[in-house]
Amino acid sequence: MVMKAKRQDIDEGGMGYLQSLPRRVVTVYLPLLVFVIVLLFPFYWMTITAVKPNLEMTDYAQFNPFWVVNPTLEHIHYLLFETSYPGWLLNTIIISTAATFLSLLASVFAAYAIERLRFSGARQVGLGIFLAYLVPPSILFIPLSVMVFNLGLYDTPFALILTYPTFLVPFCTWLLMGYFRSIPFELEECALIDGASRWQILTKIVLPLSVPGLISAGIFAFTLSWNEFIYALTFIQSSENKTVPVGVLTELVRSDVYEWGALMAGALIGSLPVVVLYSFFVEHYVSSMTGAVKE
Amino acid sequence: MAVPSVAAQPRPSILSRISESRNALGFGFMLPAAVLLLVFLTYPLGLGVWLGFTDARIGRPGIFIGTENYQYLWSDGVFWLSVFNTLLYTISASIVKFVLGLWLALILNENLPFKSFFRAIVLLPWVVPTVLSAIAFWWIYDSQFSILSWALQQMGLIDHRINFLGDPTNARASVIAANVWRGIPFVAITLLAGLQTIPQSLYEAATLDGASRWQLFRYVTLPLLTPIIAITMTFSVLFTFTDFQLIYVLTRGGPVNATHLMATLSFQRGISGGQLGEGAAIAVAMIPFLLAAILFSYFGLQRRKWQQGGGD
Repeated sequence: MVMKAKRQDIDEGGMGYLQSLPRRVVTVYLPLLVFVIVLLFPFYWMTITAVKPNLEMTDYAQFNPFWVVNPTLEHIHYLLFETSYPGWLLNTIIISTAATFLSLLASVFAAYAIERLRFSGARQVGLGIFLAYLVPPSILFIPLSVMVFNLGLYDTPFALILTYPTFLVPFCTWLLMGYFRSIPFELEECALIDGASRWQILTKIVLPLSVPGLISAGIFAFTLSWNEFIYALTFIQSSENKTVPVGVLTELVRSDVYEWGALMAGALIGSLPVVVLYSFFVEHYVSSMTGAVKE
Repeated sequence: MAVPSVAAQPRPSILSRISESRNALGFGFMLPAAVLLLVFLTYPLGLGVWLGFTDARIGRPGIFIGTENYQYLWSDGVFWLSVFNTLLYTISASIVKFVLGLWLALILNENLPFKSFFRAIVLLPWVVPTVLSAIAFWWIYDSQFSILSWALQQMGLIDHRINFLGDPTNARASVIAANVWRGIPFVAITLLAGLQTIPQSLYEAATLDGASRWQLFRYVTLPLLTPIIAITMTFSVLFTFTDFQLIYVLTRGGPVNATHLMATLSFQRGISGGQLGEGAAIAVAMIPFLLAAILFSYFGLQRRKWQQGGGD
C-alpha cells in the first residue's frame, strides 16, 4: 500500500514540467478556483447568515450582504435554548450510532461468509447484496410505513434504527468484502492448521487486520444515517422524536416568517458532526472510495 | 479435507461438525444480514407492489382493486408531468454532473500543491446532509433577498430580481443546479480514483508518438476510464432519478407541479394525501426505469471484462 502510494507520487509528477506556468494557470488553477468557490459558497453563506443580525440580513442597501458587521450569537442561542434542537441532535446521534453498530455487526459476518467461507451460493448472495444496494428508499418508504405502523414502531427511534440497515448493510457488506479479499488467504490457512476455529480466525486475525475497512465502513454508515431524510420524515411524528434534518425543516419553518438566521445555524450545527468526523478520517474516506472503485 | 476416520476415535460432537461445515457456518454468519434485508427490504418491496393493486389508505387496509390505480394514473396529467420532470431532471443534471465532474477530476489529477486539502474540501457538498445544504440553497434562491440576484444586479447584468423558485422554468433550472452542486463531488472523486489507475507510461508513450493533449484525452484517458464512468454514472443516474429531499425542501413540487418528481408525487399522494395504494403505484412505476439503468450498468461491466482481456 505504502510503496504503491510512493510510486504514484513520483508518477504524478510525470510530464507536468512540459507545461508552461501561464498555461497551467489558465487550464488548471483558474478553473480549480472557480470550482472551489462555487462548491464552498453555500457553506460560507450558511455560516455568515447564522451569525448575522436580522437587521443586516434584510438591508442590502446599507450593509454588504457578503460580510457581517456586528456578528451575533442570537440565532444560535435561540436554536439551542428555545427550540427542541438539542433533543434532535441527541436523537440523531443515538439513532445513527445504533443503526451503524447493527449494520456493521451484520455486515462483518455476511462479508466474511461470502468472501471467505465460500459456502455454496456465495456468489449469488453477493450479487443479491449488490442489487439490494440499488433499491432506493423512495420506493420503499410507503410499504415500510405500513409495516412500521403494524409493528407498533411508528414514532419511535426503533422505526429508524431497524430500517436504516436496509441501505447500510448492503453498502457496508460490499465495502468489507473488498477489504477481506485483500487479506492473504495464507494467514487463515496457517491459523486453521494451528487448530483455530473459524470464530477465532475472524476475531483474532481478520478483524484486527481490517480495522481501516471497519473504520471507513463505520464512517460511511454513520454519515448515511445522519443524512437520511425520507424515512425519518415518514415514520416520526412528534417533535421530540425527530432527527436534525427533519426537525430543522419541519419545526423551524413556521408559517410565513422564515427565521433564516436560526435555520442556517441549525443547518450549520447539523452539518458539523459529519464534517468533523470526516475530516479526521478523510484519508480513509478517499482511499476506501478508491478501493471500492478498483474492485 | 477428507480425514481417514479411525474407528477408535469418538464421533465429533454436533457443535464441532457444524463449525466445520462451510454451508452451515455460512448460513449462520449470513443470518443477521439476511433477516434484516429480507424483513425490511425484500418483503416491503413485495408489499409495495401489492399495495399498488389495492385502495389502501392510512389507517385502513385496502382491498384488491386490480389495475385501477394504474388506470387512474395513466389518465392523470400530473403523473405524466412528474414522469417528464423526472426524466428532464435526471438527464440534464446527470449530463452536467458528468461533464463538470470529469473536468474537476482531471484538474485534481494534475500535480497540485495542497492536493489532499483540495480533494478533502471538494467532497464537502457530498458529505453534508442534503436537506441542510438544500436549506442553504433555499435561502440563496429566496425571492426577495437572494444573494445571486443581488450580486448580478450589482454587476449590472440584470435589472430586476430573479424569481428563482416561483416561475416554472426558473424553478426547474434552480433545482437542477442545486442537484448538480451536490452531485459533482461524488462524480469527480470516483473518476479521480479511476484516473489514478491509468499508468503514466501510457501518456509518455503517446506523447513520444506525437499525440496532442486532446488526443491523449480522447485515445488514452477516455477508453481506460469508460468502465468507471459507466459505474459512476449509473449510480448517479439512479440517485438522481429517485431524488426526493432536494425537491421536498426547495419547492415541494411547485410551482404548479412544474418540479414534481415521481418520488415527491408518491409522497404527496401516499403519505400527505393518505392514498397509500396510489402512492405505492407511483413508486412501482419507477421500477422499470431503475431496471433500465441497472441493465445499462451491467453491460458497462461486461465491457470492462473484455477490455481487460479477462474471462471474469
